[in-house]
Amino acid sequence: MSIQITGLSKSFDANPVLRDVNLEIPEGELVALLGPSGCGKTTLLRILAGLESPDAGEVRHAGEDVGARSARERNVGLVFQHYALFRHMTVAENVGFALRVRKRPRAEVTARVDELLALVQLDGLRERYPHQLSGGQRQRVALARALATAPRILLLDEPFGALDARVRQELRRWLRRLHDELHVTSVFVTHDQEEAFEVSDRVVLMNAGRVEQVGTPAQVFEEPASPFVMRFLGAVNVFQGRVDGNRTWVNDLEFAAPGTSGGAGAVRKSAHVYVRPHELEVHRAAVPGSFEARVVRLVPLGAAVRVELSAPGFGKAVEVELDVRKGEALGLQPGEAVHLSPRRARVFAAPDGEADSLTASAL
Amino acid sequence: MSASAATAVAGRARRVLPGFGLSTGLTVAWLSAVVLVPLSTLALRASTLSWAQAWAVVASPRALASYRLSFGASLAGAAVNVVFGVLVAWVLARYRFPGRSLVDAVVDLPFALPTAVSGIALTAVYARNGWLGAVLEPLGVKATFSPLGVTLALTFIGLPFVIRTVQPVLEDLDPELEEAAATLGAGRWATFRRVILPALVPAAVTGFALAFARGLGEYGSVVFISGNMPLRTEIAPLLIMTRLEQYDYAGAAAIACVLLAASFALLLGINRLQAWTRARTGKE
Repeated sequence: MSIQITGLSKSFDANPVLRDVNLEIPEGELVALLGPSGCGKTTLLRILAGLESPDAGEVRHAGEDVGARSARERNVGLVFQHYALFRHMTVAENVGFALRVRKRPRAEVTARVDELLALVQLDGLRERYPHQLSGGQRQRVALARALATAPRILLLDEPFGALDARVRQELRRWLRRLHDELHVTSVFVTHDQEEAFEVSDRVVLMNAGRVEQVGTPAQVFEEPASPFVMRFLGAVNVFQGRVDGNRTWVNDLEFAAPGTSGGAGAVRKSAHVYVRPHELEVHRAAVPGSFEARVVRLVPLGAAVRVELSAPGFGKAVEVELDVRKGEALGLQPGEAVHLSPRRARVFAAPDGEADSLTASAL
Repeated sequence: MSASAATAVAGRARRVLPGFGLSTGLTVAWLSAVVLVPLSTLALRASTLSWAQAWAVVASPRALASYRLSFGASLAGAAVNVVFGVLVAWVLARYRFPGRSLVDAVVDLPFALPTAVSGIALTAVYARNGWLGAVLEPLGVKATFSPLGVTLALTFIGLPFVIRTVQPVLEDLDPELEEAAATLGAGRWATFRRVILPALVPAAVTGFALAFARGLGEYGSVVFISGNMPLRTEIAPLLIMTRLEQYDYAGAAAIACVLLAASFALLLGINRLQAWTRARTGKE
């Protein structure tokens, strides 16, 4: 079932958490709501589930306004970060809960519970209690329970947040496969970029109660719509630039002028140039469009090497990420002088205020 | 120091804090001095009677009637307290209203009041010329000098127990459980009955056991309202008192032993029930 969200706003004690959110989620997609904590993503999910009511705006399921329907009347599956399993019920009783409160015949409940437990690969654990299960198993029980009535929409609130790294990895892949099997429209909340990219069809980036960008993982990474998106999705070098006509200058390095995203028609004097660490080339000798930097530290990262450099006039520290083989070929040593040239850069107009609020909100 | 401590506990499961031997020794010594030794003298006293004599005392119609009243009224009082205690705990845990802290304090009054004072107060209220008694008497309900009066007194005395055991559990109950139940299609009643109530059962059972045990031993608040009529409104603790006043120490001890054995068995049973519910719900 598709979801349309229009003009959604919500405040808690005059503290706005959602500001005019508009979003369209097509039928059968798995969408990640990604953003730093406090950006309003969980509140948005809870409004979709019917657990919170918006101050303004509406939510439609397949075109139908569901604002007046309570959580229990929406038939939406919800999975919580801390599972919220009923501790006094066995796995089978937990999974069958939604069917039992609907007074379905016992044989039907049993059959459906068997089917769901097979789906989440917990067939042998029917009679266990939640406290006898591992975190990953509990979350699978919670998922099976949420799917019991075959909801047309599945909502997941940081479903892997309480699990350790290995289990999280496994469950992510497993969730993706499950979604490919069931094709239920799913929305899941996360603050983990890797998780959002790995699992979802599309990513909705949220910041301070607003939607910053919607797109496939590749789109939002390659074509970030705002400085926030640029900074939130991985490490980035930021250089202060001066705008002169339709060019931006960082010292004597030349870049394009800020795009329209900085505010249409506004004449701005300064801009920020963003370059990702892997988009900086390292040269032994100066080349056109390069600047000088001194190697401070080398950090091995497995398949890559992170080189930390200092470059006067280009911010305090510059980071470069090199392929291990390339790093070996260059044979860099701390203290050496090298030349860096950006392969690709994105230029955004500097924010109006003197303080750069994005630095604080980006992780 | 750490090295010597490590060798001292080598071979046993290691704890951060040592002192199993010392703390267990103290526990046993303290329990013996305070509980077991006085209780064993009870058995010794009773054993001065022959089996036949003892049987005549503990199985006399008057004694049997007093056991029935004591156990029956205590169980009834505790049962009433479970229902209303859960209700009061619910209100105190869930709602914020003016005067809430006052209600919270009133709950503990039956603990704090000297029992004789409660007994006199209850008698005054439920007597024929008291506020409630004047209403109940014309309806044919005799609240004083009847088993009902005993039950009323024991309900009053046991009031705080269920509330004080259930309230913290309710306050700690994860609101996500109710939200999960709602998204799964459960209505308010189904959520309460299937999700919240089962979570409260272990605490309510504990409260029940405490209220029951307190009721069984209660004396001061009962003797005024019951009227102490042998075979009708005489509770077992009073019967023991009566024996003592007649210098029949052995007879008093024999009846006390019966009470002791019966309450111990009941409390043991309730403990097992608690252990069972705990094992089912699991402690995290």
